[in-house]
Amino acid sequence: MARLLSLGDAVAELVHDGDSVALEGFTHLIPFAAGHELLRQGRRDLELIRMTPDLLYDQLIGMGVARRLVFSYGGNPGVGSLHRFRDAIEHDWPHAIEIEEHSHAGMANRYAAGAADLPFAVLRGYAGTDLVAHTNVRFVECPFTGERLAAVAALRPDVAIVHAQEADHAGNVQLWGIPGVQKEAVLAASSSLVTVERIVERLLPRPGAVVLPGWAIDIVALAPGGSQPSYSQGITRRDNDFYRDWDEISRDRDRFCAWMEEHVLGTVTAP
Amino acid sequence: MSAAASTDEVQTVVAARRLSGARTVFIGVGRPSTAAILARMVHNPELVLIYESGTIGAKPFHIPLSIGDGELSETADVVVGVPEMFNYWIGAGRVDVAFLGAAQVDRFANLNSTVIGDYDHPRTRLPGAGGAPEITSSCGEVIVTVAHSRRTLVERLDFRTTVGAGDGPGARERLGLRGRGPTAVITDLGVLEPDPVSAELTLTQLHEGVSVEQAREATGWELAVAERPRVTEPPSDTELEALRELLAR
Repeated sequence: MARLLSLGDAVAELVHDGDSVALEGFTHLIPFAAGHELLRQGRRDLELIRMTPDLLYDQLIGMGVARRLVFSYGGNPGVGSLHRFRDAIEHDWPHAIEIEEHSHAGMANRYAAGAADLPFAVLRGYAGTDLVAHTNVRFVECPFTGERLAAVAALRPDVAIVHAQEADHAGNVQLWGIPGVQKEAVLAASSSLVTVERIVERLLPRPGAVVLPGWAIDIVALAPGGSQPSYSQGITRRDNDFYRDWDEISRDRDRFCAWMEEHVLGTVTAP
Repeated sequence: MSAAASTDEVQTVVAARRLSGARTVFIGVGRPSTAAILARMVHNPELVLIYESGTIGAKPFHIPLSIGDGELSETADVVVGVPEMFNYWIGAGRVDVAFLGAAQVDRFANLNSTVIGDYDHPRTRLPGAGGAPEITSSCGEVIVTVAHSRRTLVERLDFRTTVGAGDGPGARERLGLRGRGPTAVITDLGVLEPDPVSAELTLTQLHEGVSVEQAREATGWELAVAERPRVTEPPSDTELEALRELLAR
């Protein structure tokens, strides 16, 4: 049974310096509030795992929280570069980070293997690319057909953090719209936190929804608006203007730091 | 009569025409999305738009900024998770055509979207692979849209993110890649298509008013040119009006 805690208490309990942490959400339902709480609590030295680092990891990387980044697409969707991500890799600012990059198919399969508690996943991929020399991928022969397939290691984060529309008082969670890889991330991780827009008396079944039973989650925390500037389908809208604005805000180190100080570090945790 | 088409508009219109016979198209944001929505408006109303966010059969009225805008999932026939998208739909070869961009393209239509410069100390760190490698290995065919310049069409990639025709004829088969790979590179100057024998990108089509010399000059390798490159049929009034109306939404 998941426990209902405040976001501040949830992050303090689950995430420790040095942990591998996956904050997932594929464009939709990105857990910004939880990521910002990590920053306010001063977590350091994290291995950050995420298919699409997006603005959230750009902020965490720029604030010096990441020791290592595991990812598959580090861009601002439809806008261009993630400038803090680039600055860290190109100029070691604010410090050098180690990277491990994959394709989307590779990352998705790594999560799925983690969720199934299998050591690895197989897929048709990577063959002939320069990724092979720069990431952790091997090739195996299918024991039935002899086909050569790529093998990628299971992802087993210490902590997975995802955002959803709603939970009930027993901590059962329901999310709908683009489901991304959140179910796999939660099931692959050693512990998990789900932030939600609202707590409801009963989860009403919705077409295409993903339901995570409360007993498969450690902590649920209320965080209304907690995916902004990403969005929670049916409740908030994606703030496309902010995604465009971020290009300018994040381009300059000083402006970035001032923005983070004003809008994240200088704010208080939601009760 | 509409005002004359810009090179940008021509490139989008040419890309959209390529979808007139397709059942399914896999698209990223930017020009591919614009071209695919235009194709649904003008050429192929039944075309199924698939975005890597898991939205299958999306029918956006506006051009989305991201591949995961709410309008895509609200209008989709079905929305699936990322593992399902890549394993059941893309990996299994269920998608006819995919559109991709890239920072660098070589003569065999291999693509770089990872780094400019050395991998460990890049001059420019690009976003990375995303879905491109497996999209290109498994979709029926891939259409690449890029700006025609020596910066983009290069003799040698700084990093091979995505395999086109690899090192030449037979390479895709040897690597076990099941789709046809890139069948066209649509630029603002014309269209390059792989030669059926050498697999090398060859200039087969020029947009109106562009010379072979211009295309050669803007290509980073000794560009092969078809005996008689076609001239792009200029955008019709229907195409142009639909495109402009779409962009104005």
